[in-house]
Amino acid sequence: MTTLSIDHVSRWFGNVVAVNDITMTIGPGVTGLLGPNGAGKSTLINMMAGFLAPSTGSVTLDGQPVWRNERIYRHIGIVPEREAMYDFLTGREFVVANAELHGLGAKAAQKALATVEMEYAQDRKISTYSKGMRQRVKMASALVHDPSLLLLDEPFNGMDPRQRMQLMDLLRRMGDEGRTVLFSSHILEEVEQLAWHIEVVVAGRHAASGDFRKIRRLMTDRPHRYLVRSSDDRALAAALIADPSTSGIEVDLAEGALRVQAVDFGRFTVLLPRVARDHGIRLHTVSPSDESLESVFSYLVAA
Amino acid sequence: MYDPTVARLTYRALLGRRRALILGALPLLLLVIAAVVRALAGADDQTAVNVLGGFALATMVPIIGVIAGTGAIGPEIDDGSVVYLLSKPLKRPTIIFTKLIVAIAVTMVFSAVPTLLAGLILNGNGQQVAVAYTVAALVASIAYAALFLLLGTVSRHAVVFGLVYALVWEALFGSLVPGARTLSVQQWSLAVAHKVADGDMVTSDVALPTATVLLVMVTVLATWYAGQKLRSLTLAGEE
Repeated sequence: MTTLSIDHVSRWFGNVVAVNDITMTIGPGVTGLLGPNGAGKSTLINMMAGFLAPSTGSVTLDGQPVWRNERIYRHIGIVPEREAMYDFLTGREFVVANAELHGLGAKAAQKALATVEMEYAQDRKISTYSKGMRQRVKMASALVHDPSLLLLDEPFNGMDPRQRMQLMDLLRRMGDEGRTVLFSSHILEEVEQLAWHIEVVVAGRHAASGDFRKIRRLMTDRPHRYLVRSSDDRALAAALIADPSTSGIEVDLAEGALRVQAVDFGRFTVLLPRVARDHGIRLHTVSPSDESLESVFSYLVAA
Repeated sequence: MYDPTVARLTYRALLGRRRALILGALPLLLLVIAAVVRALAGADDQTAVNVLGGFALATMVPIIGVIAGTGAIGPEIDDGSVVYLLSKPLKRPTIIFTKLIVAIAVTMVFSAVPTLLAGLILNGNGQQVAVAYTVAALVASIAYAALFLLLGTVSRHAVVFGLVYALVWEALFGSLVPGARTLSVQQWSLAVAHKVADGDMVTSDVALPTATVLLVMVTVLATWYAGQKLRSLTLAGEE
């Protein structure tokens, strides 16, 4: 049972605060660290991995400090985001070297290569590998010493759907085995498919934490904004506001459109076309105006 | 203190095709110069001293030292692959010490061996000139490797700084400003060479005891400090 504790951790670079007073506990199973690009995910993972000192606060693994404690790496496997490896080595040589650095031998390396299904290309130079192959060899190098904590920074970046599925299966298996697996991603669907538990980070702050379904509900239950153009905006506005699924309507004269705020997403999507038809109004445009991930995240921060 | 796997990775990175070519070019040039000088001027002790002192020790050894010393760690820190060493239960000073040994070995092979060969070509080791400069190259290799390994650990522009030190400080400043010579690896190694060569064929501005103390101090301090820097090396995120 391995637990990674992040306790009131902040990190700033000069005047820029990258991570702002985050407290979270990562336990066994697969945890997704979700947040838009530039939210501080990599900074946080670097601190979890002992590659960066927190400006304040502490990161501990089962009570042991992570920063400046080389022995902790017996328990941690790290898959960095950066591409650079020892490209002049073959996949096998690379994983064997990683095993040796842990005081292990070629047998452990071979086992790790088999786990990521890279045996078929293990004798090719890493420089000839595709992105997905690199990712899998990195994974093998992180698994070689059978770590109880696995940290992966944006592991699915640049992978094709098949490679993505393979890696997801692998991580799921690791989680099922009782390992503590944490991966970062800025893509909601990846996290949805894989994580049991989610930590959301936005603009350096810990925005939400918990079971995926709970967060998903928060995300779908949030007020949705739509831009609607029709043949009779005012008549449509009057009909829509009569229904409780609509919480506000603004007539945007400059745009020549309605700005509608819906609180009950499901009901509103059924209501709108029906109301339009009943009143003989033609709908020209219905477009969601805040579907970007960033707006979803900023809603979560406020929630 | 010495990790064979770290050593193997460092050797292979250092002796990769492109770097090996650069490492091999200067020694080759030295041998060509030696052969041409010998053919044109015949065997002459003073000429041998001029070529070995002016080119081999003043230019070739520090440049090889820069390439091997910074190359032993700089590129790994630059591209981030050092993370695969840092994420292991491996003491940081062990990584530095191992890389130092590799950098010293590579600098010695690519600088001392050609110096000896060039010396033999130039005057057949008359008055021990060839051996004296070879010893100087060996001694200088240690200090340069340590110095430039530290530079590779602390700066992203290690090669530029290293070359500026090697060429401007050692070669130019040293010959213009007498005081600068006291703080020059080249002069320290010449002090050792002076002991080896017959008579006053090889001279140094620094006395042997001072030179020895400075050589040891620079090597030990640079290595220790590099270990400390690596302990708190921060891997910047992608963001």
